[in-house]
Amino acid sequence: MIIKEEEQNKSMSSYLAPAVRAIPPSGIRKFFDLAVGNKDIITLGVGEPDFSTPWHVREACVYSLERGKTKYTSNAGIPELREAIGQYLNDEFHVEYDPGNEVLVTVGGSEAIDLALRALIAPGDEILIPEPCYITYSPITAIGGGIPVGIETFAKDQFKLKAESLKAAITPRSKVLILCYPSNPTGGIMTREDWLPIAKIVEENDLIVISDEIYAELTYDQKHVSFASLPGMKDRTILVSGFSKAFAMTGWRMGYACGHPEIIAAMLKIHQYTVMCAPTMGQVAALEALTNGMEEKDRMVESYNQRRRLVVKSFREIGLECHEPQGAFYAFPSIQSTGLTSQEFATRLLMEAKVAAVPGDVFGLGGEGFLRCSYATSVAQLNEAFDRIGNFLVKLRNS
Amino acid sequence: MNALKLQILDLLKEDARRDPELLATLLGVTEAEVKKAIAELEEEHVIVKYATVVNWSKVEDDKVTALIEVQITPERGRGFEGIAERIYLFPQVKSVYLMSGAYDLLVEVEGKNLKEVASFVSDKLSPIDSVLSTKTHFILKKYKQDGIIFEEHEDDHRLIVSP
Repeated sequence: MIIKEEEQNKSMSSYLAPAVRAIPPSGIRKFFDLAVGNKDIITLGVGEPDFSTPWHVREACVYSLERGKTKYTSNAGIPELREAIGQYLNDEFHVEYDPGNEVLVTVGGSEAIDLALRALIAPGDEILIPEPCYITYSPITAIGGGIPVGIETFAKDQFKLKAESLKAAITPRSKVLILCYPSNPTGGIMTREDWLPIAKIVEENDLIVISDEIYAELTYDQKHVSFASLPGMKDRTILVSGFSKAFAMTGWRMGYACGHPEIIAAMLKIHQYTVMCAPTMGQVAALEALTNGMEEKDRMVESYNQRRRLVVKSFREIGLECHEPQGAFYAFPSIQSTGLTSQEFATRLLMEAKVAAVPGDVFGLGGEGFLRCSYATSVAQLNEAFDRIGNFLVKLRNS
Repeated sequence: MNALKLQILDLLKEDARRDPELLATLLGVTEAEVKKAIAELEEEHVIVKYATVVNWSKVEDDKVTALIEVQITPERGRGFEGIAERIYLFPQVKSVYLMSGAYDLLVEVEGKNLKEVASFVSDKLSPIDSVLSTKTHFILKKYKQDGIIFEEHEDDHRLIVSP
């Protein structure tokens, strides 16, 4: 009976598309399964704000439901929201988009990334991906028949993308460069000075850029510089962002993509056949967030900034090297001094000290030897977590 | 007031037990700067007291609280100050506000039971010469006080690990 079931399973997987079968399961998922069911865990493993969506946003959504706003919207999203997104990007990051044909509202930034890659990739195209990075780019590239090409970035450079590394990775088949700054998982950012040589290489090699700027609002010592705002880069860039991080709206799945009308039109074509439109109630909420949510957003960012200082100081105090993250809400300390791999360290930390964090190797090249720790958690929890990590390290060093 | 002091007030309002070392770390300044700012805030009576917010309904010998609207005749030369003082000096009185609108003072009074509050109103408050009228409203349930929701209803339901 058991054998038969196995045969059955084997035969079912043979139906799967080879590209999908070839994708390894997410390393985060593996770690999640390990953590589930464990009690009294303090988690630094979460990639989302600890704030609930501001009440005025939730309330606006409830009100719209009461008024029966439950129908489809136009494929690209309600005009008022596209208008507001255009205005917001211009005000905050000095990049101008026509809400009529250059803005597309999507189901989270994730859909925007998927659409962009599907719209661009022809089989065999090489997609350049600075790593360590958010885990989605490489699998989506592979599903589309593209070839993900990782570019390693380093702690000594604050995980910035360096011109020489980019140059070295480029081949005649290179087509797209995916950027994610401020960075999940490293907290690294790129300044205007950091960007300019990258923009030059993009131009010289005729690359298209997908710039995932979902953490744009979460920078601390300086304002975020959008890649699309650099001279000559707007038409070459698909700017992807969303409401999840800045407005604490992860579960709403509200994102957007902005770019050249011809590229947005291609993405819209896929979008209309797959999801039709982003959820109407989510769009209403997103509009409310952009219209009346800036003050609340600033308050949340200031709170992350306070906790960022606490976390960096705490890591250094317990003897783990930690570069100072300038963006997002992650610290990325090195655990190399312990002699353990990221997986070993994270697993033992979870089992022995009841603190969950994400092993750096799941984020690709350059992630091994590091640990992603989200500081979107209360000060009290952070302090308790550091007591536990500190004790764990003492135990580790004495064993 | 300078930005640092405002930030310190915000953080202490959330949790008054935060010590200068933690405040200094959170705000990216030195401990000495924080201590100096707090000393000044205390000196200037901006920080009046470090008190605890208590949900008395969870304590067995529950208390009764009433909000009393008081209409008064102001005194020549002193306005409402003298009469307000006469009222707020009673220990049963938890807060007193001068209001615009249909009445003058809003007085929060706390007692062991209904009777105790009622007799405070009839024996102490109403007989004051310049008090014209009182209207007593008993509080049935406190949902939120000083920005703090008493029955926290929003747990953290985030996944333990997410990308």
